[in-house]
Amino acid sequence: MHVIDRRRNPKSKSLGNRQRFLRRMKSHIREAVNQSLRSRKIADLEGSQEVSIRSKDLREPSFHHDAGAGHRDYVLPGNQEYQQGDRIAKPDTSGGRGSKGSPDGDGEDHFSFVLTRDEFLNLFFEDLELPNLAKKKLKSMTSPARVRAGYSKEGAPQRMNLRQTMRRSLSRRIALGRPSKSEMAELEALLHKAELEADDAEVKRITSLLHSKRIRLQRVPYLDTVDLRYRQFESVPRPTTQAVMFCLMDTSASMTEELKDLAKRFYMLLHLFLNRHYGAVELVFIRHTYTASEVDEDTFFHGRETGGTIVSSAFEEMLKVIRDRYPVEDWNIYAAQVSDGHNFDYDMPHTLELLEQHVLPLCQYYAYIEVGDEIFPGSSILWEGYTPLTERHKNFARAEVIEASEIFPVFHDLFGHATLRG
Amino acid sequence: MNPTRLLYRGSEWNFDLIRRLHDAIEEVALDELGLDVYHNQMEVITSEQMLDAYAAIGMPLMYRHWSFGKKFAREELLYRKGAQSLAYELVINSDPCVSYIMEENTATMQALVIAHAAFGHNHFFKNNQLFRQWTRADRVLDELTYAKNYLAECEQRYGIEAVESLLDSAHALMSQGVDRYAPRRQSLAAQEQKAKARRDHFEANYNDLWRTVPSARNASDSESVRESNQKTQIERAALDLPRENLLGFLAQHALKLKDWQREVLEIVRRLAQYFYPQRQTKLMNEGCATFTHYEIMNRMYDRGQIDEGAMLEFLHMHSAVVTQPPFDSQAYSGINPYALGFAMMRDIQRICDAPDDEDHQWFPEFAGNGDAMTTLRNAWAEFRDESFVLQFLSPRLIREMRLFLVGNRAESRFVTVDAIHDDSGYRDIRRQLASQYDLSNQEPDIEVTDCDLKGSRRLVLTHRVRNGKLLNKEECNRTLRHVANLWGYRVKMLETDVDTGITLDEFDAVPMP
Repeated sequence: MHVIDRRRNPKSKSLGNRQRFLRRMKSHIREAVNQSLRSRKIADLEGSQEVSIRSKDLREPSFHHDAGAGHRDYVLPGNQEYQQGDRIAKPDTSGGRGSKGSPDGDGEDHFSFVLTRDEFLNLFFEDLELPNLAKKKLKSMTSPARVRAGYSKEGAPQRMNLRQTMRRSLSRRIALGRPSKSEMAELEALLHKAELEADDAEVKRITSLLHSKRIRLQRVPYLDTVDLRYRQFESVPRPTTQAVMFCLMDTSASMTEELKDLAKRFYMLLHLFLNRHYGAVELVFIRHTYTASEVDEDTFFHGRETGGTIVSSAFEEMLKVIRDRYPVEDWNIYAAQVSDGHNFDYDMPHTLELLEQHVLPLCQYYAYIEVGDEIFPGSSILWEGYTPLTERHKNFARAEVIEASEIFPVFHDLFGHATLRG
Repeated sequence: MNPTRLLYRGSEWNFDLIRRLHDAIEEVALDELGLDVYHNQMEVITSEQMLDAYAAIGMPLMYRHWSFGKKFAREELLYRKGAQSLAYELVINSDPCVSYIMEENTATMQALVIAHAAFGHNHFFKNNQLFRQWTRADRVLDELTYAKNYLAECEQRYGIEAVESLLDSAHALMSQGVDRYAPRRQSLAAQEQKAKARRDHFEANYNDLWRTVPSARNASDSESVRESNQKTQIERAALDLPRENLLGFLAQHALKLKDWQREVLEIVRRLAQYFYPQRQTKLMNEGCATFTHYEIMNRMYDRGQIDEGAMLEFLHMHSAVVTQPPFDSQAYSGINPYALGFAMMRDIQRICDAPDDEDHQWFPEFAGNGDAMTTLRNAWAEFRDESFVLQFLSPRLIREMRLFLVGNRAESRFVTVDAIHDDSGYRDIRRQLASQYDLSNQEPDIEVTDCDLKGSRRLVLTHRVRNGKLLNKEECNRTLRHVANLWGYRVKMLETDVDTGITLDEFDAVPMP
């Protein structure tokens, strides 16, 4: 009999099959993913996702009898009360247990399974692409990173590598014949024994041997400076993939909690999206009423202020933050402005000038989302003011969102391939 | 109980213990039960690997196909949700017989698995005549390796999609891919030889001179018509119709298939054939394995090799396996082959050792013969589920399981109780239960009946309908499309009632362009 440990065999032998399965079901799964987004909070996107697909393609057909047709007898266990000749009314006539004949025991149209987070997000972000990413990458997206580069003979004490050092020490001691502790102890024991036996010749021999060994012991140090080895590091340029995302929002009283929630969902989606393309994404929240300020996330979504609306103040604040902390050479800058579209008339020229002359040239992409105005969609003062920008600037896009369910399609439109081409 | 004989205590196991367990169990199995097994190979795997193995229809090596991925996705979800636990073991009909055991199992579970799989199933695989006749245990793993590599190569050469759609079609016909009665290979070779002999005869008797003899136009026409008729007839004869092995038929005769496609169909057909005995002997196989592990564990306990704790743990697991929920329970999902199989084996043992009058009357051949193991070993070797039930299901067991027979006519609003566990019902219940295990009764009886070789090359299949059991229409249309894709031309399916000869329904499919 053989016992074989197969636990170390490569795992997920089914991976190839799973990939084939996902590929085949792609269109259905994509739909299921979109569907699940509509009913779920975007915060739930982390982690694996159970999806359910409704698909006839999934069933593998075979020739088998129709469960409802013909005359069939069957034997059942556990009879308690029935006598021969009893008649039992069939449960509702609509086919009864229709799933019976299905080869995989799965007669229903739904098929549920779990997608891993990566599989889920891959599908989720399929076809989406960050505009102008390539251009920026070519520019200067490098920063030095320290990587290990073997060992050196010199270095700071805290970088000493004990293993390498002791290895060299040992080989040097062996090569130079430094007697070991046990060797000495043995000799001394022999000497002691010889002394007891009063074997003078032997005592003499061992004493001289011990003497020479002691000298050697002193001359050959246990640890020498030539043994020392230090870990060595080197700087290598590494491409950085960092981005900063500016969230601009009008937080005056007209922005209700509901509208902010819409905004939040959009930002989360954007953040998740940027996260997949960059190692690190920083967030800057700027809210404004008649003045603008940088705030933390919580205040951003939950704070409430009153007062008029001056959009230009937000741009000024954003430009200030960029000047202070996010040099354009190092950072990919994205901005998304969510607003219900209000602004004071007198501020519009300044707003447009700031946006067009200063903000847009710095941004990889700038998205304007107008939320909530159901009565006159797309006719707000900001929307109209921004209209000429859409033609002049490829990195500017805008859309309106009225319900949460529209966020993904809008997001898709804003960041999909179409925007790039068009 | 002599504590020095104990093989282990507690639930921990290690490789050394597995070996000792195996040797101790082997001693009981071979010497006391008289089992005859292939050499054993135990492989320790993780639960994830067990899921993998499940998904690949229990085989250690399998070609790639999306449907296995689908199965894996489904099993994994059920397992994660806790809706389904994993089997403790998986065993492959190969020589050496490979049994998978999971690392999560306790020592007692490992003992149970070794007794159940490595001796129970193993003995059954080696001795049952269906397996002896149809499967080559020593070649299975080689075949699977070959299939896996061959299909991977095909994917590289012809593209994943081409292989996938071919496999889709082949899988759809898997239950029509078995030879049910006699090994077909020799007869196929004989067929070819016959066809060749016929060809040789024609060649030998062909006289070119006749071609130059002038004759009336009409005469020559009718001559050539007759000649071509003859040719067609010979071709038809080579097709050997009617044929029930549709997959095999297509692999050999579908005109448009490339050689690699034929080989893929052959691979799937061989796989279907390999599994066919397992499907026909599920009840007996599980019954044999369950009976074996029950006997062995009890005997090891009697010998003082396992302690009370282990025995209790074992009995707990054993009774979970052999539970038969009644028909009106939520948990009911058909007759549990472990439960019925085990009960029948125990019943046979009882009839051999301590029969009552009823047993003498029903089983005169072996009641009271006092040699249960020989009786059982013979049964395991010679029968399949259907004939086993027909031969060995006793009235007493029918009463114990409270089996009853229900008749269901599609057109009636009632189902009728046709027999219960009483004197007048035993034989009916037994006959019906046996036929439930007869795959040829349970699966549609479909044959290739005709093939128009001269004109449209249309293929005709016939479903021989019994008891008005028609095919599921939607599935039939979908499956028929697969047939058409393989055949390359139009395919027709007739549903003909066996008794009256009336055609009840008709389906038609054309290949996808």
